[in-house]
Amino acid sequence: MKRFALAGNPNSGKTTLFNSLTGSTAHVGNWPGVTVEKKDGTYKKLGEPISIVDLPGIYSLSPYTSEEVVSRNYIIDEHPDCVINIVDVTNLERNLYLTTQLLEINVPVVVALNMIDVLNKSGAEINAKQLEEKLGVPVISISALREDNLEELMKRALEASSKPREGRTIISNEDLLHLIGDVKIAFKGKQVDNPLFHAIKLIEEDEVEMKSHPELVEMVTDFKKTFKDETFGEDLVAVIADSRYKYITSNFHGSVKRNKEEALEDKMNTSDKIDRVLTHKVFGLIIFAAILFLVFHLVFSENFFFLGGILSANGVAPSLEGTIYEGLFWTESGINSPGVILQNFFEMSFTAITDAVANGLNGALGEGHWFTGFLCDGVLSGLFAILGFLPQILLLFLLFSIMEDSGYMARVAFILDKLFRKFGLSGRAFIPMIMGFGCSVPAMVNTRTLADDREKIATIRVIPFFSCGAKLPILVAIAGGVLQAFGMGNVDLITYSMYLVGIIAAIICVVLMRNTSLRGKSAPFIMELPEYRVPQFKSLMIHLWDKAKHFVQKAFTVILASTIVIWFLSNFGFNWAYLDGDMSNSILAGIGQLIQPLFTPLGFGAQLNAFGFVFAVAAITGLIAKENVIATLAALATIIVTASPDLVAAIEADEEGIEAVAIMIQNTGITWQGCISFIAFNMLTIPCFAACATAKAELPKGTFKWTILFWLAASYVGSATIYSFLSMFDASSFMWAIPVFAGILVLAVAAVIIIVRYNKKHPIKEA
Amino acid sequence: MIKRLDEFALGETGVVKTVEGEGMLRRRLLDMGVTPGTAIFLRKKAPLGDPIEITIRGYELTLRKTEAHLIVLEMGGRK
Repeated sequence: MKRFALAGNPNSGKTTLFNSLTGSTAHVGNWPGVTVEKKDGTYKKLGEPISIVDLPGIYSLSPYTSEEVVSRNYIIDEHPDCVINIVDVTNLERNLYLTTQLLEINVPVVVALNMIDVLNKSGAEINAKQLEEKLGVPVISISALREDNLEELMKRALEASSKPREGRTIISNEDLLHLIGDVKIAFKGKQVDNPLFHAIKLIEEDEVEMKSHPELVEMVTDFKKTFKDETFGEDLVAVIADSRYKYITSNFHGSVKRNKEEALEDKMNTSDKIDRVLTHKVFGLIIFAAILFLVFHLVFSENFFFLGGILSANGVAPSLEGTIYEGLFWTESGINSPGVILQNFFEMSFTAITDAVANGLNGALGEGHWFTGFLCDGVLSGLFAILGFLPQILLLFLLFSIMEDSGYMARVAFILDKLFRKFGLSGRAFIPMIMGFGCSVPAMVNTRTLADDREKIATIRVIPFFSCGAKLPILVAIAGGVLQAFGMGNVDLITYSMYLVGIIAAIICVVLMRNTSLRGKSAPFIMELPEYRVPQFKSLMIHLWDKAKHFVQKAFTVILASTIVIWFLSNFGFNWAYLDGDMSNSILAGIGQLIQPLFTPLGFGAQLNAFGFVFAVAAITGLIAKENVIATLAALATIIVTASPDLVAAIEADEEGIEAVAIMIQNTGITWQGCISFIAFNMLTIPCFAACATAKAELPKGTFKWTILFWLAASYVGSATIYSFLSMFDASSFMWAIPVFAGILVLAVAAVIIIVRYNKKHPIKEA
Repeated sequence: MIKRLDEFALGETGVVKTVEGEGMLRRRLLDMGVTPGTAIFLRKKAPLGDPIEITIRGYELTLRKTEAHLIVLEMGGRK
């Protein structure tokens, strides 16, 4: 099957074209070797099926971000049969800049002039024929959105793909051409593919090229001494960039016929009008905060638009109380947001399925058979725990996609850059971080847009600290348990302060890393602000479908496998007998008891009684999915109180797990400080398997093991600090807590002083 | 008059004379179309004063003042 690659600037409509060409055949997978999501699909409307590969958007073939490296490597190394270069005609100059570089590669190229409809609407026209003559490759006007002319594009591309094309350059400077020719011959002598492309990149002082062919650099340096351009001197990098742009303006300025020439200052279109408000000096930040609040409110709130009181005041709630609608649409705290309604619906269906299966199996195999336990408590409950989060994650994703597709996310980075630079990051890092509140997995994938490796590592490491949707149940259950067992605290207050703890931990860790192991100048921030566009329903849906598929795939592979392993460890003892839910004699409990003392400084270690191992075990099962933390506590709580059916029923009736936590608190002797410390530990420690797998794929080579170590250290130090801090406020523990916390403070201050002094003595070398 | 881009006031226009800096950063600027002879219009500053937004070659580009400092322009220029 022939392979056509789509290459073009970001925002040129590449993904729209991809979706229009491939329809529902697209699938997301991982590139071997390179850690980037590839998208490919099949075009079937011509005689033979053609594979279409969507590459990340790029401005140039000189790599800058890791996304751009992917596109470059694909075009150079994977030898696609044809490159379809998408050009946004509303921004011809900058888009054709990439085209001039693509033409230098020995690959058939077809130029697709996209957004013709937008251009025509503004009263301008473009002369595609003229472009085709000058560029020497087929040029076709299309509208990816309206699917205009796509068949013609593919026909021409298929034609082009059957004859090889020799790369050629538009550079016309005689002296420079001589040098290019010489370097090209040297490359040819080394049997390198695409000698012209590599020759020009070497002269452009491309980092990748200079590293792989250091022996040829001298040739260029020697030449520079003889070369004198009247404007640029011997600055070949500028000469080449300039000659590309000059070529474009001199040849194609006449290609676009506008009604009137507009001066830079007059350009005031809809986009600018929107920008006036959204990036306003004062309102910009306020509007942003409001939008963010609204997004999370839509997805997670159980008191939608704070309408809680209205239902009961009008007598609606009491009349429907006890029906299926209660719980699904509202709880005591208020009306549910769309996200919560969806999630409830999923959960209700899953519970119904699990119950039906359990009943069927109990009938067929008899009560307490290991297979029933395995299927219902192991496989199904594990799967459903993960899938239950699907609706909320997807909804969050949808809202973020709308923000991204509309062009607002770029403005967010613009607004917040200065703030983020204080921590050693750029404004772009904000987007993956805020996505972390939904799910770490897509958030970590998003870090690909960061140009600097150190910034990327720091961002990925702190993403789990932005407490994700799956960690929320831990917060709610334990905060509720603390309230019930100690009669103190406020669930909302504890929940919000824990979110805040996560954010503060993230800031501290980023600042710390950027001043120690990941020291370096903050990466430059050069970014296009695309025009605002109305997001397209179709592309949003395709995007969402991709994510859902990916997520479900993970749930059925890695997560399912590890769930089964943990189930076996927690349901079988060392004598390999099935325990039927009695976890206290299981292999996992054995492991838990073994490591329990390690958690003593955190408040849930050796100071607890016999059942104390449950917290250690819960932390381990949390590695699979954070939902398991509360599930583990609930499972063990059921066993502890197994003599009193009332309590067992209470645990089972309580979906949030508060009852279970309260029972665990009473039976383990954990203090409320220990409970808070336990929440903090789960928030800051190694995230779930899915997130770890993503981190490993996205992080530069060799940094993953340090990242795991970082998470362990951060959670240990963080929770120990919180535990000793909170213990100062209790009559029974302040005696030891005050000196310990003071000690931690002294150590922290000392560390800061040492780091500051060291950094002053060893300033960062200019990059 | 010669000015660096970070010294521009809102609404000022200039033509690029030279682009300083080196390595990837400099080539990125050149790649994005900041080449000598190009007109730049300072469109906006972020709410916190930095970064800035410019219009160049018919599109909007944002960059920090530290990067803008590398761009030397002749004030006024073609309108």
